[in-house]
Amino acid sequence: MTKILEAKNLHVIRGGSLLVDVPAMTIFEGETLSLIGPNGAGKTTLLQALSYLTKPSAGQVLFRGQAVGEAQPELEYRRRLAMVFQEPLLFDTTVFGNVASGLKIRGIGGAEARRIAESQLERFGIAHLRDRSAKTLSGGEAQRASLARAFAVSPEILFLDEPFAALDPPTRESIVSDLEKVLAETKTTTIMATHDRNEALRLSDRIAVMEGGRIAQIDRPAVILNRPVDEFVASFVGTETVLYGRIRENRRGTLAAVVNGTEIEAVGDALPGEEVVLCIRPENVTLAMGRGEAATSARNTFTGRIERIVPMGPYQRVHLDCGFPLVAYVTSQSLEGMGLIEDLQVAASVKATAIHVIRQGRRPAGTH
Amino acid sequence: MDIILEGIGQAFILLVTFDPEVIGITWFSLKVSGTATLISLVIGMSAGTAVALAQFPGRRFVVSLINTGMALPPVVVGLFVTIFLWRNGPLGFLEILYTPAAMILAQAIIATPIVMGISLASMQQLPRKLRLQILALGATRLQMVWILIREARLPLLAAVMAGFGGVISEVGASIMVGGNIKGYTRVLTTATVMETSRGNFDIAIALSIILLLFAYAINLVLTYVQQRERPR
Amino acid sequence: MGKRLFSLLLGLLLLAPGPCWAQRGVILATTTSTQDSGLLDVLIPMFEKKTGSFVKTIAVGSGQAMAMGARGEADVLLVHSPAAEKKFMADGDGVERRLVMHNDFIIVGPPADPAKIRGTKRAAEAFRKIAASGSIFTSRGDHSGTHAKEQAIWKAAGVPHEGQRWYQQTGLGMGQTLAVAAEKKAYTLADRGTYLALKKRLGLDILVEGDGILLNIYHVIEVNPRKWPKANFAGGKAFADFMVSKDAQAVIKTFGVAKFGSPLFFPDAGKKEEALGK
Repeated sequence: MTKILEAKNLHVIRGGSLLVDVPAMTIFEGETLSLIGPNGAGKTTLLQALSYLTKPSAGQVLFRGQAVGEAQPELEYRRRLAMVFQEPLLFDTTVFGNVASGLKIRGIGGAEARRIAESQLERFGIAHLRDRSAKTLSGGEAQRASLARAFAVSPEILFLDEPFAALDPPTRESIVSDLEKVLAETKTTTIMATHDRNEALRLSDRIAVMEGGRIAQIDRPAVILNRPVDEFVASFVGTETVLYGRIRENRRGTLAAVVNGTEIEAVGDALPGEEVVLCIRPENVTLAMGRGEAATSARNTFTGRIERIVPMGPYQRVHLDCGFPLVAYVTSQSLEGMGLIEDLQVAASVKATAIHVIRQGRRPAGTH
Repeated sequence: MDIILEGIGQAFILLVTFDPEVIGITWFSLKVSGTATLISLVIGMSAGTAVALAQFPGRRFVVSLINTGMALPPVVVGLFVTIFLWRNGPLGFLEILYTPAAMILAQAIIATPIVMGISLASMQQLPRKLRLQILALGATRLQMVWILIREARLPLLAAVMAGFGGVISEVGASIMVGGNIKGYTRVLTTATVMETSRGNFDIAIALSIILLLFAYAINLVLTYVQQRERPR
Repeated sequence: MGKRLFSLLLGLLLLAPGPCWAQRGVILATTTSTQDSGLLDVLIPMFEKKTGSFVKTIAVGSGQAMAMGARGEADVLLVHSPAAEKKFMADGDGVERRLVMHNDFIIVGPPADPAKIRGTKRAAEAFRKIAASGSIFTSRGDHSGTHAKEQAIWKAAGVPHEGQRWYQQTGLGMGQTLAVAAEKKAYTLADRGTYLALKKRLGLDILVEGDGILLNIYHVIEVNPRKWPKANFAGGKAFADFMVSKDAQAVIKTFGVAKFGSPLFFPDAGKKEEALGK
């Protein structure tokens, strides 16, 4: 895979604080990389530094091996990328005028500009809005125009800064799927900041989790989800149950961890006496009626009381107290079928292999 | 009361028959105030835009200076320009006191802070991220400034109209530096004052009607701009 | 659209034939009442056509006109404030002081005449009666020739007037002061010319006239170039010469007859000041 963009010792300092601190980062041509993290993690700042819209305080950004600002002239670099923001930021002219604006800036006009602009309008499903004033568009239409405008300049890298955050779910869904199709078609390298995990999971080849200006973990989605490198990443990507315990024994890779006096079986290579964090994804927790035994192959079966049931649309999130807090996802049908209600005692089980162990103070190999 | 009615009646006659003196004064007023507004546009808009888009120490002080300038009493400007332009004053060698040039100078001084202040506000009102978006589309800094000005074109037009409105209707500075000389430095406002003191109410009212028409026209433009800017 | 409008405006402004933006000329400082009478609207074009020069008429009060001359900011003065003029000459600010014309002042007031001054022979006596009755008197209060004359009459009358409740100073020109007097049904001192021009709309009557002290005498004075080298002496002198010339004096003699039935001014070039009077 070709490296299209690299960051080396990238620092952004503003108002005395260090907003971005990335010692090394590589982006490969054709991939879609999502930056996720809480507000203030530095996603936007990193995007702006990588695109050289704001100059980094220290460090280098290399585009195809050439340092931007040195061997690679800034203006030229900026003309090979495009950025779409959370607000459409359209110009006070027609939709067509907006989509063609990037071309106009590059001195491309007339018939060619028209051809390119019209094909982008078509691609994003807004050809019928061609001559409308940009002011009259709905949120979704405006964001489509913004995307069409970005693609009109055939960018080599597309930067997206939380582009769908302000849209309502159906509109969002529609645009995301259209964008997916376009990205598959053009294979444009895309770097997208978002705080919607599902979007990130859906669109990305890799995910970078940011916190406090640093990249906590960058890897394929499956790895991030199932092998989060620390509690922060774990809780951010949706591990609802995060438990602190100590290893009692390690029998050839099978761990016995003690959490609040209860023993939980997991797999890993932590040492006896070591303090660990156990991550359990709620979809991996199975519930059954009764106490104790359940007909599952799970070694970990705990009796717990249902403390709270939170409806989440198609499924329900069940909060249990098994001597330690445990969260399970159950479909609404199962909930009804089992007659689960608060204060009921149930049996919760988790496979040992589904429990992710994070050794305190050390990260597992295989991350950047 | 009948003096006024009589005056209004005669005023209409003067207007409808395009009385040459009235037309002459009107045209001259337009030229003087128009030229002054043009000058204030060039200086005011560029300075206002520059301050709006730039970051520098003491910026807030400069902004407050501009805002103070907007409230400069025209008659004060007139007094100081007169003193400077006196034969024995620092700029006396120019010999432009009691000429249209002096009036244009005084009116430009009055209009420029107005245009500057409103231009500044107009440019600052643009979304901050718009600059980044324009740069992300591959614009040079110059292209960016130009696009931003185009985006704010309506409020900027309002700035120019406000400047024009301020000077076409002012009388203090125009009388002081112009001298209200018949056929040479007499404008709508100064002529109105003089005709009133002479008791020629018909001419005074005719001139006032024209001034009101100008005020109305300016107001029309400003209202259009304001209404168009309203979010849906 | 904006661009086209802009270039159109620019074109209009530049191409439109206009006055010379900064012409040099003769600065004539005179009084508002002189300008308001309309006499200069006849005489100035005559002079300009004859000599090809350009006159900038700055109409302010006599006091300000002489102050301008005393600063060298005017080239020639046409004023009617004899006492101040004498001081002006004594200070060496003027070259020659020549008599041009005269008109007269009148005391006007409400037809009802509460102070009963109608027909009084002496102006000072009329003023005394006004003060005694406490009726409102509007003064120009602007150091103009009219104001100076008024002060002289008060002095002759010997009664206190400054600061009295009935004595109101407008600080305005003659026409406006008359309008204020008309509004308040007050007495005032006015020059006959301005009064006649506004008579119809005022509703004030002429109550006292003809007293020698009410004579309003106009002189033309060139500003001294030795004191003020920047003054346009040649132009100023040409204008002064013109004002006392036969042609100008002829115009002065008949000015106002057609409109008001009697002339507004009486030409006096060449006469002695003491010889004036009706």
